Formats: sequence, structure tokens, C-alpha cells
Amino acid sequence: MAWSFDSKSPVSFQIAHILRLDIVSGKYKAGEQFPTVRQLASEASVNPNTVQKALSILENEGLLISKSTSGRFVTDNIVAIENALAIMQSEYIDRVIAEAKALGISKNKFIKYIEERNDNI
Amino acid sequence: MSTPVLECERLTKSYRAGTPVLNELDLTIPSGKIFGLLGPNGCGKSTLIKLIAGILMPNSGGIKICSEYRSESSNALISYLPERPYFSSRMKVNELLDYFEDFYEDFDKLLAYNMLRDLKIEPLAQLKTLSKGTKEKVQLVLVMARRAKLYLLDEPIGGVDPAAREYILNTIIGNYNPEASVIITTHLITDIEPALDEFAFMGGGKIIMQGNCDEVRERTGKSLDMLFKEVFRC
Repeated sequence: MAWSFDSKSPVSFQIAHILRLDIVSGKYKAGEQFPTVRQLASEASVNPNTVQKALSILENEGLLISKSTSGRFVTDNIVAIENALAIMQSEYIDRVIAEAKALGISKNKFIKYIEERNDNI
Repeated sequence: MSTPVLECERLTKSYRAGTPVLNELDLTIPSGKIFGLLGPNGCGKSTLIKLIAGILMPNSGGIKICSEYRSESSNALISYLPERPYFSSRMKVNELLDYFEDFYEDFDKLLAYNMLRDLKIEPLAQLKTLSKGTKEKVQLVLVMARRAKLYLLDEPIGGVDPAAREYILNTIIGNYNPEASVIITTHLITDIEPALDEFAFMGGGKIIMQGNCDEVRERTGKSLDMLFKEVFRC
């Protein structure tokens, strides 16, 4: 199945986001070989040059390491992966809070809802 | 990587005296691109494709394929999918494959058979027994199984179902070669955008906008489909 994309932000950013999530969630583990541009392009049904751009973004962030002879690997720097995870978590919370605000949920109510559902998280 | 596969210089074509369909059109496409040629009905997309394919002759202007002016020998570099199938309906699918193998040195018959199998098309079937969509698939298999430098696909996904559409796009993506480029015309912009890297809009017989799809999104926050509707608002 082709990956689905929203109609506003660049497809390369969206691919980078999906793959970043795959790295911080451990689908691809530290130090592991990463799929090739060709593999990802056909899995996602996306232009290879666009996938290449997404991988460059992750290389710049230090999550992927390119080795000229043997392809790309997930970084073996655990701290870099943990930092990326912390950033994604914090951005997620920002989004949730913004949406809660838009729905008129007060801080107290918000905390109460979270506590009520705590067992299910 | 950046040697152009196609260069059109001041290309003009009119079918009869009056407004030309193409009016001093300039277009350069480097290698390694999957390129969307987009524009409203009647804007001259198919005419441009036919000129590049050598089916029509321009009134003036030049076309270069891989840095050489278009000639008979350019045909070996170009794999062209016309708007409508042109094969005799008496032929069988496997006979067409034999025919392409005889005709084109770069035809990969094994690849073609694999694609037919994926698409569940019976090689011994006669063309006249196949549905319109299936005929289009056969034609696309023949075109994509060549190892050409320039693929010209005129409306390759218009007539087929969404599952086959995805297979066809994946075939185009999977066939990606940094030395070659693919030009696709279509109205199904949303379906095709992720497969493209570059695009051009045609209007008034010229290229009115050309760019990289991802950069357009980055700059304008708009998908290609949204941009198209904005530029060609009726």
C-alpha cells in the first residue's frame, strides 16, 4: 500500500517524519542497516529523489549515517535517538494542548481527563 | 546526472492557419526525473508529446534528445505510450511481445512477462477479447519493459482502476534510472504527485510554470492539485 500524505507540507518532510518515528520507536534499531532509497520509494510509492531528500534530512539530524561503500545505517549514538524522541514527544504534547485550547478544555479539566484515562495509557 | 534528456527550443506547431497549438515553447528536462506535464484540456500536451515522439513535425523550432537533434535514430531512445492503443485487435498479447522484441533492441521480454503476470493478464489472449482498461495495461507493459532514455506516457493511468493505477505508478517508480527520464501527462494530479519530482504547467502554447513539486509545497504550502486549480481557474 502506498503511504498517504497530506496536501500541504512537502512530501519529503512527511516521509522524514514517518521514518523518524520508525527510528525513535525502535522499528529500526540503533546501528542497524537502513532500507535503500529504492526499497523505500517502492514501498511508499514515492519518487526516489523525494525519498533521497527525506533521508538527507535524517542524516543532517544525525539519525542516519551514510557509509559510502555499504549504504545507510541508523546511528549507534543512543543519545541522539533519545533526543529525537524527546523532541517528538514535546511537539506532540504542544499539538494536543493547542487542540484542547481550541475545544475550550481548561487546564484543570484537561488534567482531570488525563487522570481518568490514566489506566488506559 | 544533469545532462538534459530532452530540450525543446522555440517549438511551434499549428494544425492549420490560425492560433498555433504550441507557440515558441521552450522546455528542458534533465535525466533522472519523473516529470509531470500538466495543463487543461486542449492545451497541447499530446501535441507536444507527439512532436517529441516524432509522430508529428513542428512548423519551426528544434527538439534535442540526449543532446542531439531529433532524427530517426532518436526513436531507439524513446519509448512512447500514445493516448490510444494502435495495435491490431487480431493480435495476441504474446505476439505483441515478440513483435516488440524484434523491433526494439532494448526490450526486456522477461520483465514484460513478469509484469503481465502481476497484472493477471493472460499472454495467449487476443487483444479484441480484452477490456479497454486491460488493453491499456498491455500497452503500458510494452512501453515500460524497454530500457529507453526517455519515456513518454500520454495519460497512462486515466482508464485503469485504482489498484492497477497504483501498480503502474510503482512500476514507473521501480523502473527509475538516473540516466533516463519519464514524462507523464495526466489529469489525475493528486494520484500522481508523490511519484513526480518535477512538473510543468502548459497554457497558451507555452510552458507557464516549471518546478519541483516538493519545493512548491515548501514555498507555497500547496499541493500540485491546489496550485493547478489556482493557476487554471475557470
